[in-house]
Amino acid sequence: MTERQAPVALSDLDRRIINALQGGFPLSDRPYAEVAETLGISETALLTRLRSMLDKRVLTRFGPMFQVERMGGRFVLAAMAVPEDRFEVVNTQVNALPEVAHNYRREHAFNMWFVLATETPGGIDAAVARIEAETGLPVYPFPKLKEYFVEMKLKA
Amino acid sequence: MDGIDSRDRALIVATQGGLPLVSQPYHLLGEMLDMPPAEVQARLARLLDCGVIRRIGAVPNHYALGYVANGMTVWDVDDDRIDALGEAVGQMPCVTHCYQRPRHLPDWPYNLFAMVHGHDRDEVLAQAAHIAEVLGDAVRARDVLFSSKILKKTGLRLVG
Repeated sequence: MTERQAPVALSDLDRRIINALQGGFPLSDRPYAEVAETLGISETALLTRLRSMLDKRVLTRFGPMFQVERMGGRFVLAAMAVPEDRFEVVNTQVNALPEVAHNYRREHAFNMWFVLATETPGGIDAAVARIEAETGLPVYPFPKLKEYFVEMKLKA
Repeated sequence: MDGIDSRDRALIVATQGGLPLVSQPYHLLGEMLDMPPAEVQARLARLLDCGVIRRIGAVPNHYALGYVANGMTVWDVDDDRIDALGEAVGQMPCVTHCYQRPRHLPDWPYNLFAMVHGHDRDEVLAQAAHIAEVLGDAVRARDVLFSSKILKKTGLRLVG
């Protein structure tokens, strides 16, 4: 439970901005002005708050969210059981691959869970093979067989 | 039908770090890519329609919002019933992602994954108990894997 960002005290305005910007951003000439108007604030105020929340890492990003599979690429969850005394070293080896998009430590014998994102389906196998070769540990791929629900929205 | 051409690709590369925080972001992208702003908007609209872009919006940091407990709940359920069960679990408000994934026997018997987020571990465990109720007698084995650290979070990066 260490080294995570502590919860940030958010103003009501920041909460309203986050909740208003979770989808449906306008494709118009002045989209921020449009959203600002629905929030009853100025375009400048909205841009300032957005920049501040990105700087403070309240938001990890603002923009289009891509589905790599629709571009012919693949996203595959994979896990490893890493011996605790090698965790730091293996973590560095795994994170060094640009294909590793996210990586989480989880409390389980399978203690490292990462997502491989590649532009081509074949890239996944290559990344798995490389991690196995570099770490000497087996990688367990968990490709999604079926997606029942994905919704990243969380109420602020 | 989901093909992207070189101009779509350039637009994706230009926006994967985020949309510019300026009054006229599509105009700025157009200048960067030598593309009229209307084309930028039209291409983004098409990419949204065909699902290459899921949505344009803010990605909150769960932890900063107070969702400090993140549990990957995993379940071993009957393959014949998993679709109906997955749909039912996916409908639950506490579940942000729900997938069928392969087992790796004997180490990993679970085939249904549902991600839940809570303000503390007890909230996540209560949500897992609620999922267990929905799954009922279909559950043969279950576990909750709490995340204890984000080791990396960059998202996909296309090479420009």
